[in-house]
Amino acid sequence: MSWLDRPASDTQISHRSRLWLYGLGALVLAFLSVPTLIVIPMSFSQSQYLEFPPREWSLRWYEAYFASPSWMAATATSFKAGFCTALLATPLGTLAAYGLHVSRLRFTGIAILALLTPTIVPVILVGIALFYAYVQLRMVNSFLGIVLAHTMLAVPIVMLIVGSALKSFDLDQERVARSLGATRAQAFLQVTAPQIGFAIVTSAVLSFLTSFDEVVIALFVSGGDNATLTRMMFLALRDQIDPTIAAISTIMIVMTSLLLGISQFVGKRDR
Amino acid sequence: MSAADAYDPSGPARDFHAAALRRDQWRERMGLAGLAAPALLLVTVTLLVPVGWLFGLSFLDDSGAFSLEHYRRMLSEPSYARTFITTFEISLATTLICILLGYPLAYFLSQLPRRAANLCMIAVLLPFWTSLLVRTYAWLVLLQRSGLINTWGIKLGLWSEPLQLVHNAGGTLIGMVHIMLPFMVLPLYGTMRAIDGNLLRAAASLGSTPVHGFWTVFFPLSLPGLAAGASLVFVLCLGFYVTPAMLGGGKVTMVSNRIANDIELFFNWGAASALGVVLLVITLMVLVLAARLSRGAGPFGAGQGS
Repeated sequence: MSWLDRPASDTQISHRSRLWLYGLGALVLAFLSVPTLIVIPMSFSQSQYLEFPPREWSLRWYEAYFASPSWMAATATSFKAGFCTALLATPLGTLAAYGLHVSRLRFTGIAILALLTPTIVPVILVGIALFYAYVQLRMVNSFLGIVLAHTMLAVPIVMLIVGSALKSFDLDQERVARSLGATRAQAFLQVTAPQIGFAIVTSAVLSFLTSFDEVVIALFVSGGDNATLTRMMFLALRDQIDPTIAAISTIMIVMTSLLLGISQFVGKRDR
Repeated sequence: MSAADAYDPSGPARDFHAAALRRDQWRERMGLAGLAAPALLLVTVTLLVPVGWLFGLSFLDDSGAFSLEHYRRMLSEPSYARTFITTFEISLATTLICILLGYPLAYFLSQLPRRAANLCMIAVLLPFWTSLLVRTYAWLVLLQRSGLINTWGIKLGLWSEPLQLVHNAGGTLIGMVHIMLPFMVLPLYGTMRAIDGNLLRAAASLGSTPVHGFWTVFFPLSLPGLAAGASLVFVLCLGFYVTPAMLGGGKVTMVSNRIANDIELFFNWGAASALGVVLLVITLMVLVLAARLSRGAGPFGAGQGS
C-alpha cells in the first residue's frame, strides 16, 4: 500500500483523496509569503522597472536610499519614535494589565474596554481627530505628538499580551514573597516580572513595530523635520513606483524578521 | 471550644474590625487599579477626547450653530450612498474570499503534526508582522502594467496585451485579501487545534464516514473561530485606508478615503467628522453583533487566547 492510499488519520479519508487540500494549502501559503519575499531580489535590480529575476544586479537603489538626506532623516525619526513608543507603552501597558488583573474591582471591565478602544476605533478617525486636537495644541508635526499617538496604539497590545501571561501566572507566588517580607513592588519585580519577562519583551518589540509600521496617523500628524519613514514612502508611492522603496522594503522585512526571531530565541532560552 | 473562639471579639467590636478590614482591602484594590491610571489618562487625552471633539463638530454647521446638515447631506447626496456601498461590497468580498482561502488552509495546518504546522505558521506570521505598506507596495510592483504578472502572463501566452490589474477594484481586493488572510487563519487555526479528536473517533465508531463526520462534528465546532475571524476581517476592512488609496488608483473610494479627501482637499471638518461618526457606529454595531453570534468568543477571544 502506498503512502497515498493510507488514511490521513484514524478517522480520515486517504491522502490521495485529500491531495486537493494539500495543493490548495500550499498555494495559499505561497500567496501569503511569496509576494513580500519577491521584493527582496527585485530590489537588487539595475533597471528602473523592477524585474524578476533581475537581468543585471546592482546596489543602486540602496545607494540612492543611503545617500538621500531626506530618506535618512525620516528613517531616524521612525527609529526614534519606535524606541520612545516601546519605552513608554511597555511600562504603561504592563502596569495597567497588572493593576487591573490583581485588583478585580467591579469597574475593571470598563477600564479594560476603555484601554482597548484604540484597537476598535477606525484608524482614519483617530488620525483626523488627533490632527484636529494637535492643531489646537500647536503639536502638528511635533515629535512628541507622534510618540504619544503611537504609544496610545501600542498600549492595548502590551496589555493583551502581558494580561494573558498574567492569567497563566500563579499569583500565590507573590503572596509567598510578601509574607516573607517583600513589598508589593519588590514581589512584582523579583518574582513576577522575571517569569512574565518573555511577554514583556515580546510586547516591547511589537510596540516598536506598531510605531515603525504605522502609516495613517503619521500621514496626518507628522511632517516637516519629523516626517516618518512610512509617511514619506506613502507619499512617494502616490505619484510613481519608486524603486528606492524596494530597497527600503527589503531592509524593513529583514529588520522585522530579525527582531521577532531574536525575541522568540530569547523566549526559548528563558523557558 | 477551639482557641480561636476565645479571641473572637463579640458584637459591635467584630463588626467594627470587619468594616475596617473591608475598607483597607478596598483601599488596596483601588491603589492597584490606580496602576492603570497613566494608561487610561493617555488613551483619554489622545483618543477619547479628540474623537468626542469630532463627534461634537459633526453636529455644527459652518457658522458654528447646531445642525444636522452634514448627516442630512449624507442621506440626500447619492455619492455618499455609493461610497458606503463600495465600502460594504469590498469588505464583504474580502471577507468571503478570506473564508474560502483561510478555512482550507487552517484545516490543512490543524491536521499537520505540531512541528510541521509551526513551520508553516511562519509563512502566515511573516506577512502578519511585515509592514502593511511594504506588502501593498509588493502588490503594486507585481500587478502594474510592466509588472511581473503581466510580463510572465504574456511570456507564457496566457494573454497578449498587458492587463489592467491594479488601480482598480480588483487590485484593491487582491491586496486586501493578502493583508487580511492571517486575521482569518489565526483564530480559525486556534479553534480547530482545540477540537477534541476523540469526538471524530466517536462519530466514526458510530458509523459516520470521514466526510460526514467532518460536516456534522468538526465543522460546527469550528464555527466560533470562523465567526471571530470573519467579523474581525470585516470590521478591519470597513476602516481600510492605505490599500484602497494605493491600489485603487482613485477609482475605489471607501469611507476612509473619502474622510481623508474631505480633510486634505476641502478642509471640510464637519463632513469628515460626520462620516467618521457613522463609520464608528457601523463598526461598533458589527462588533456587538459578532460578539452575540459567537457567544462570548468575541473578536479578540479566539485569536489572542489560543
